Amino acid sequence: MEQIKVLLANVDKPNSTSIDVYLDGGGYEAARTALEMKPDEITQLVKDSELRGRGGAGFPTGGKWGFVPKNSPKPTYLLCNADESEPGTFKDRLLMEKDPHLLIEGMIISGYAIGSNPMSYIYIRGEFYYGATVLEKALAEAREHGFLGKNILGSGFDFDITIARGAGAYICGEETGLIESIEGHRGQPRVKPPFPAVIGAFGGPTVVQNVETLTCVPLIVKNGAAWFKSFGSPKNTGPKLYCVSGTIKKPGVYEFPMGISLKELVEVHCGGVPDGRKVKAVIPGGASAPMLTASEIDIPLNFDALMKAGSMLGSAGIIVLDDSVCIVDAVWRLAKFFAHESCGQCTPCREGCNWMESILDRIERGEGRPGDPDLLLDMSDNIGGKSLCALGDAAIGPVISSIKKFRSEYDHHIANKSCLPETVRYRRLEAPVAVH
Amino acid sequence: MAELRPDNPYAPERFPNPNKWVEFPSDAKQKFDWILTRYPTKEAALLPTLHLAQEVWGWISPETVQYVGSLLELSPATVFGVVSFYNMYNQKPVGKYHLQVCTNLSCMVNRAYDIHDHLCEKLGVKPGETTTDGKFTVTEVECLGSCGTAPVVQVNNDYHENMSVEKMEELLPTLK
Repeated sequence: MEQIKVLLANVDKPNSTSIDVYLDGGGYEAARTALEMKPDEITQLVKDSELRGRGGAGFPTGGKWGFVPKNSPKPTYLLCNADESEPGTFKDRLLMEKDPHLLIEGMIISGYAIGSNPMSYIYIRGEFYYGATVLEKALAEAREHGFLGKNILGSGFDFDITIARGAGAYICGEETGLIESIEGHRGQPRVKPPFPAVIGAFGGPTVVQNVETLTCVPLIVKNGAAWFKSFGSPKNTGPKLYCVSGTIKKPGVYEFPMGISLKELVEVHCGGVPDGRKVKAVIPGGASAPMLTASEIDIPLNFDALMKAGSMLGSAGIIVLDDSVCIVDAVWRLAKFFAHESCGQCTPCREGCNWMESILDRIERGEGRPGDPDLLLDMSDNIGGKSLCALGDAAIGPVISSIKKFRSEYDHHIANKSCLPETVRYRRLEAPVAVH
Repeated sequence: MAELRPDNPYAPERFPNPNKWVEFPSDAKQKFDWILTRYPTKEAALLPTLHLAQEVWGWISPETVQYVGSLLELSPATVFGVVSFYNMYNQKPVGKYHLQVCTNLSCMVNRAYDIHDHLCEKLGVKPGETTTDGKFTVTEVECLGSCGTAPVVQVNNDYHENMSVEKMEELLPTLK
């Protein structure tokens, strides 16, 4: 399959962040068209395109917009989720740093479609300082040209965007965690129902959308739903950005129609794994996705096929692990990530994630006990589906899938008190010693 | 008994010993006023105000917590609850250059721990500590969202990508 440059059409142009370059390429035409349509028509168009959220859950975007009540007493908010903290994902950063106007245009159209409040927010993670400065400059340009502010292009629609910087919390990528964070609280997710589309930020209906999802919207308005559906397959439509990282020769962001085979992506386009090694495991959708073994990677990278195979497309952050990586080491690092990022509200997640991290650490150090893999599976059963948000379910994904598919590696650790011989020590087990 | 329900319970005037009071310099005060106009409630301005305070003072001290609380009519406990939740708000002073090494999975398999351990050994600090001359702080951080150019080290606000121990050795002398 050939790489495409639909979402990334502007990214390689010199000075791509400038509004002049964006306008030259036909930018903001979709916004003009959309502001002359009725908001319901735009929602229907997005529904027809079968666009699904690109942040991780893959929820149909048009459906989400349809849940927003029309005559709510409190203002409706559009929040762009630019919190990109899922390990293995780096596509939104590219879009924001190289083509900020595409995101801004997407927000204008989406805000108009849902009847948004005159102020909307881009919640960008705090570490993306450069991304925030690029966006601020782009917003200033958009305001100067009349695409943001009062009565945009004479449509009567007032709309502006504020960059709300996060401060380093993965859980604020969860939609209710994000809403809590924008309201100035600790980013602890809320119970759902009520769903954000009914009661969200500041008590009003709220639509939280990922950056990539919002950048698809101007393209759908410009080119039509049928065009969007021409990429991919039914219910898994559109151009998609895939992020490949890990032990791979050519890591980076690759754009393909949704549904390219993972095997083709890893072996052909990304050059396979280096140093004559072999692929051991591939995590297809960011750290939360259950891993696939090397024999399972001949699978289309779309929402439904991966769900059927027991994994998930998630944020399309593909992490390739070759046989130099000790699976227990990799799962330990992911467990440590989830334990650190757990907000602490729910006992199964807070206690369970920390406990899983220490068990995995023990196993890797050679202090594993024979019942440990079964203990981990039992704990995962007690965490999954038993906490308020999906972080608990995400944390057990790598644990359960690695024990199921790499059980022999765990058993080797426990029996021989060491990692497999062909693996490399990526982490020194003793703490670093100060030399001076 | 006149002030049973004061407007701002955390206003500076109400504290008997404002000796250790801090205040934003005028340019920060201007930025703060602008921030307030962008959010519907004062509480929602808390995260941006804390970022501003950290830009001014480098870290969030107890006095800063009280001051920010007074600006936004929030209790110091509420403000501190938010400070302690988020990773980026420094609760202790950091060095002039905060070296944040990502050690999450993609960076780890690209030898990020080698960079982290090398920095700790060379600068003579434990992970999370600052050098005695106050120049460098080394911390291990979670995924920085740049896995395609692993390993990544964030120095203050800047990303340094495709790093290695050798490249770190070249970078350190340039950080004066």
